[in-house]
Amino acid sequence: MSAVLAPNGKPAKERKRRRLKPWQLMPYVFVAPFFILFLTFGLFPLLFSAYASFFRWELTAGLGNMKWEGLGNYAFVLQVNDLPWSRFFSGEFWSELYARDFWRAMYNTFWLGIVSGLPQHLIAVPLAFFIHTKFRRARNPVIAMYFLPYITNTVAITLVFSSLFSRDFGVINQVLTGLGHLELFGIHPLAWLFPAQNVDWGRPEYTRPIVSFIVWWRFVGWNTVLYLSALQTIPKDLYEAATIDGAGLLQQFRYITVPLLRPMMLLAVTLTIIGNLQLFEEPFILTGGSGGVGQVAETVAMQMYKVGLNDGDFGTASAVAWLMFMVIAALTWLNNRTLGRKD
Amino acid sequence: MKLAIRLSLATLLASATGLAAAQTVLTVASFKDLDRSVTAAIPLYKKLHPDVEIKLVALGYGDHHNAMITALATGANLPDVMGIEIGFVAKFAEGGGVEDLSKPPYNALQYKDKFFKFSVAQATSRGGIFAAMPADIGPGALFYRKDLMDKAGITEAQLTKSWPSFIDAGKTLKAKTGSYLIPHAAAIKDIIIRSGLKDGEGIYFDSKGKILVESPRFVNAFETAKLARAAGIDAKIGAWSNEWSEGFKRGTIASEMMGSWLAGHLKNWIAPDTKGNWRSAGIPGGVNASYGGSFYAIPKGSKNKALAWDFVQFMSTNREVQIAAFRELDAFPALVDATTDAFVDQPMEFLGGQKARQDWKATAAKIPATDVDKLDPVAAEVVAAEFDKVLEQGKDVKTALADAKKAIERRVRR
Repeated sequence: MSAVLAPNGKPAKERKRRRLKPWQLMPYVFVAPFFILFLTFGLFPLLFSAYASFFRWELTAGLGNMKWEGLGNYAFVLQVNDLPWSRFFSGEFWSELYARDFWRAMYNTFWLGIVSGLPQHLIAVPLAFFIHTKFRRARNPVIAMYFLPYITNTVAITLVFSSLFSRDFGVINQVLTGLGHLELFGIHPLAWLFPAQNVDWGRPEYTRPIVSFIVWWRFVGWNTVLYLSALQTIPKDLYEAATIDGAGLLQQFRYITVPLLRPMMLLAVTLTIIGNLQLFEEPFILTGGSGGVGQVAETVAMQMYKVGLNDGDFGTASAVAWLMFMVIAALTWLNNRTLGRKD
Repeated sequence: MKLAIRLSLATLLASATGLAAAQTVLTVASFKDLDRSVTAAIPLYKKLHPDVEIKLVALGYGDHHNAMITALATGANLPDVMGIEIGFVAKFAEGGGVEDLSKPPYNALQYKDKFFKFSVAQATSRGGIFAAMPADIGPGALFYRKDLMDKAGITEAQLTKSWPSFIDAGKTLKAKTGSYLIPHAAAIKDIIIRSGLKDGEGIYFDSKGKILVESPRFVNAFETAKLARAAGIDAKIGAWSNEWSEGFKRGTIASEMMGSWLAGHLKNWIAPDTKGNWRSAGIPGGVNASYGGSFYAIPKGSKNKALAWDFVQFMSTNREVQIAAFRELDAFPALVDATTDAFVDQPMEFLGGQKARQDWKATAAKIPATDVDKLDPVAAEVVAAEFDKVLEQGKDVKTALADAKKAIERRVRR
């Protein structure tokens, strides 16, 4: 009771804040590790990078030498000054914009994001439907096969792909030229279709498609699993009723499966948007960090890395990161509006 | 009670052992391969300072430099001495994270004439900050396959006389043996932008920070490399790729221009079977350039600067130590004195008994002391990107260089 009565004789207020017994503290102790780790490695870096994006911070000079820059870092990244605005509708404006690092990286990121992301869903939905309806006992092994690329280390995958696409010693070129040189009864029936010489996959026109292909290949299985789990929640009697009404497989897919999958599509597409806009490892390793000839595969995340760790300018790198965050947030919101609508 | 006694006894014991081992610990952070020269030097240093314990922290090249940048940025976990590669010296110096060794108590400029002059220039950044002491250097050389050249009837003089003659020799080689002369035309560009420089001039920036990429040096470099590509003498293979090492192994690439240390790489892992077939020559057109180089710096946050300085001096100015690294790791010494060692005159088996180190020494003495800028890596990256466009997409050289200048301006904030 002595704890309740405060020395200055104001017990009323104090009574409410009763002291916790040690065992009552235990739940807090148990949840503490997560919060401590989250605060140190999650929240603090997040807030600090937002703070740093307003400062000039020459990395090797140390923390003490951060200089207030205001929005200077953002202006430095965006570089919208001296753009030929008057020729906005001509190619000149856009090629000038493309010449600036951030916008080029943004364009590349979107290119890779769309070309690798869209087919993921266009294939994963029918594939999941197919697996769901046609496979019985073999279903789990089949899903596991599709899921395998997703759980395999990205670096390892990309290195394997880069050796597959190797110009002189790659398997892909061996197969292609092998088919081109294929001889049947003294003629080369496939020579018109396949190259006679090794294809140089390092050329700029191939870089983005190859990166997109790797990303697509990695995530198709993941999306299939997502859609498959959603398919299992669709009641069977809907399909049975449709069958009785005379609906074919395609009609069932169009009028039952797709509409009922929409909540899962929202989640899956959101994850794809976030993941693809942060694309880093595949293009970085495939192009040796440079982005390839003409930097056609340099993504925004790669640019952030370059500015931060190569140029040692963490303020600007933080600004890039927050600009990227804004784009991701905007797109996620848009996606929510379109796929998440209730009707 | 018993537990308490035991505990206090244990702490007592622990502190006693701690006292007994109360040696001074000097932390040296270094990257792979350079760390071996520290390992080689530790026994020698122990002889002079038996009370000093050297703690060597060695990481891979990229990891080490990233770790050093992080340490400098936060001021935590800084070593007493850091080994750094040439590409990072200017960056660390201009950030102000390392000690300026030209000032007291170091007065490192007293050693200036002991080193090859270009290595001192490499360690000096804007404002005359002498940021690091040179440890080893990489005098540039042309390594070529003697057997393949003989087959094609090409002499060394044809290779080294001039760039047109080099490209012609490449055509002959391609016609007679099917091998490419060089892995990538970029090597030619990288050399020519370094040609004709005098002491005090910079590659990409002049002393006032003006961007030089539109100068005739760069035009010539781009045009010549373009000619080499058109002549079909380059295998279009980037350095250090799998195709690159495989090309040397199989003899489909007959030469490469790099630092003298390439001989060690060829011998140890790239193409050990081609022993005796390689030769070292001067770079075509008589260009003297250096590739790579290692340095030792003292971070401002070092806890024991006096001892750190002692160790840095030991690593870079002690003839015995430099020779040890030379002999054991083939790290070409930055200390001129160390190149008078008999090791220089030894014939090199891998190069068919050639006494190539003598040539490298002569090259090292002739390399101009060019100015370095912390933005050199940025400029190099931009120029390389534009160069790719010239080769792969047929971009006009003048336009490419003008675009490079613009792109550098956009990346530069002084």
